Amino acid sequence: MLEIGLSHYLVVAAILFALGFFGIFLNRKNVIIILMSVELMLLAVNINFVAFSVFLQDLVGQIFAMFVLGIAAAEAAIGLAIIVVYFRNRGTIAVEDINVMKG
Amino acid sequence: MIIYAIAFYLFAAVAVASGTMVVAARNPVHSVLFLILAFFNAAALFVLMGAEFLAMVLIIVYVGAVAVLFLFVVMMLDINFAELRQGFMRYLPVGALIGLVLLAELILIGGTWVFSPDAEIAISDKFYMSGEVTNAHALGLVLYTKYAYLFQTAGLVLLVAMIGAIVLTFRSRPGVRRQKISAQVGRRVEDSVELRKVKSREGV
Repeated sequence: MLEIGLSHYLVVAAILFALGFFGIFLNRKNVIIILMSVELMLLAVNINFVAFSVFLQDLVGQIFAMFVLGIAAAEAAIGLAIIVVYFRNRGTIAVEDINVMKG
Repeated sequence: MIIYAIAFYLFAAVAVASGTMVVAARNPVHSVLFLILAFFNAAALFVLMGAEFLAMVLIIVYVGAVAVLFLFVVMMLDINFAELRQGFMRYLPVGALIGLVLLAELILIGGTWVFSPDAEIAISDKFYMSGEVTNAHALGLVLYTKYAYLFQTAGLVLLVAMIGAIVLTFRSRPGVRRQKISAQVGRRVEDSVELRKVKSREGV
């Protein structure tokens, strides 16, 4: 219990991932909270990457965690830009109203 | 060792609690602030594991850029968030059920897996984690040599994202007088000056 090992970090990451997943279900109408949940899930993935990297003594995990960080930043910028444009055109960001393309 | 354990449990508990508040908070501004708290605690966990550089990058990139971007958008858009929360309780049981199933599966995997005997061979180089070089130094040694192309590609992705965000949100309003440099430079004498013979004591 006091000896903190790899599995402790994996459990924390799993809980954060499940919370992000749960948040997408819970806030199905609010795109901004959905994006935040996705960020939470990416954070959990990063914790996994770093934990394995440290406990396997292999640096590549940290390199890829950095790439994940960069891609997450790009994703957030594009996602928020789309939300701003959508709000400007339609005056709402409710998910069920996003049906212009009849998907 | 006990201090390490206490620190781990403290940061992990705060990270999980703030993660819960991100999805459960009534006000999206509070959600963003709890997201920042979760990032800070994840960075602390990284420091505990010995990945200092990544911890600092996490704070700079996520707290300094991404979370502030979220904050800007949440505060800028004039949205009735109470309306968006309708159906919150309706989705709660299904979401909780699926989330718990996912969590149980993940923890079951975490409890039963073992390292493959081949994993030792697959590890690229233990020198970087041996403590002879600092974390940031080792990352630089690997990132700029072995993963230089991937690093450049990540930069390209960020460039495309920046251009995309600017193009998406750029709006040219009608009726705004702007400086048109091409028109200014392209002006010629014939377009703008007209010479007339004016007779004396007569107007043009």
